[in-house]
Amino acid sequence: MSKLRLATVWLDGCSGCHMSFLDLDERLLAVAEKADLVYSPLVDQKEFPAGVDIALVEGAVSSEDDLHKIQVVRARTRILVSLGDCAVTANVPSMRNKFPLQMSLDRAYKENVTLDPGTPTQGVPALLEKVRPIHEVVPVDVFIPGCPPSADTIFYAVSELLEGRSPDLSPRTRFGA
Amino acid sequence: MIRASTIKTLKIDDRDFSARHDETILDVARQNGIFIPKICDLKGLSPVGACRLCLVEVKGSNRLLPACSTLVEEGMEVTTTTERLQRYRRNILELLFTERNHVCSVCVSNGHCELQTLAQKLDITHVHFRYRYPNLDVDASHDRFSVDHNRCILCSRCVRVCDEIEGAHTWDFMGRGIESLVITDLAEPWGTSETCTGCGKCVHVCPTGALFEKGKSVAEMLKRREFLPYLTQMREEHS
Ligand code: SF4
Ligand code: SF4
Ligand code: SF4
Ligand code: FES
Repeated sequence: MSKLRLATVWLDGCSGCHMSFLDLDERLLAVAEKADLVYSPLVDQKEFPAGVDIALVEGAVSSEDDLHKIQVVRARTRILVSLGDCAVTANVPSMRNKFPLQMSLDRAYKENVTLDPGTPTQGVPALLEKVRPIHEVVPVDVFIPGCPPSADTIFYAVSELLEGRSPDLSPRTRFGA
Repeated sequence: MIRASTIKTLKIDDRDFSARHDETILDVARQNGIFIPKICDLKGLSPVGACRLCLVEVKGSNRLLPACSTLVEEGMEVTTTTERLQRYRRNILELLFTERNHVCSVCVSNGHCELQTLAQKLDITHVHFRYRYPNLDVDASHDRFSVDHNRCILCSRCVRVCDEIEGAHTWDFMGRGIESLVITDLAEPWGTSETCTGCGKCVHVCPTGALFEKGKSVAEMLKRREFLPYLTQMREEHS
């Protein structure tokens, strides 16, 4: 049987979900027997490839770049998984949503800065007015809440998906877990 | 005071029960290990039927009835779990999450929160409605406690405990519908309240991270509610 194509994606999150994924430790070998990691911040592949079976996406949608990436991921992926609270609820990144974007930018780049105050525009993607959970932007197939979801939870979910089953996540994780 | 009580017989989920006439459907369910979700109800406080999470179907009634504030009746036939009820309950809970700003991972009540626990129990892995992200304040003017309106679900437990048990009536509501807020005194800072005795009862009955003790960090705010049944019982015995 040919291996499934697995990808992991990092949008606006702290990378904690990826750390938790790495905490699978030797169980990563079990995953690698069933799937090839075709795209991830952990491998050297610049372009999100076509024909991905499962994409684990960490992070909320906060910038033009996130928005573009998630649309590409959705178009090229069979099963899109929202991994962790930032992806599922927009979590900590969404805490700026109650202020107008310009207020957050001024706070970060002008009010508290002594050297060269000013909002950066070169080489960084423009921020969206509001941070959104992934499923408010594109359809999502599986939700794994948790900040971060534990390695056990991720292993369970990925194993089930690799076997073609849909994981039952409520007993194992929750918002803030 | 001992009141004459009559016994009613009823069916819940096709099982037979008997109950005192002054007990609610929720009381009977609770005593018999039947799970009905609830969040505004708290034993020891008067029922208000505010959250609607405990809605059940009662044969012969074309409305859904709140189990926490519906008294048992002779021959009543109650159904606690149907597809429709589950859907309504999930919707209600999801709306509570969208109405304010719930960021569990950095909340004082993470891991000890009734809202969070119920969401997990009702199989909510994400929220279907769009989040509102309202701009709400935290009042940290009190010496020992804070109120974070971002986490309040307007259950009124604080209002009831402060009025009915402590007798101070510091808390109340201001505004209508989605704009409602809990307030202390006449919407004055909690710290300058002339009625608050500083007893902390409101903090401990609050089901979420909206009311908490100062100095508690993420996931550190454990609530103790054991005092409530004792206080209510003692008052009944002495009245
Ligand atoms: S109050 Fe409960 S549901 Fe809301 S953020 Fe805190 S832990 Fe989460
Ligand atoms: S501390 Fe006691 S008196 Fe003060 S608001 Fe809370 S319940 Fe009322
Ligand atoms: S502050 Fe707490 S107890 Fe009071 S209404 Fe809000 S959630 Fe309920
Ligand atoms: S518990 Fe019955 S309405 Fe809230």
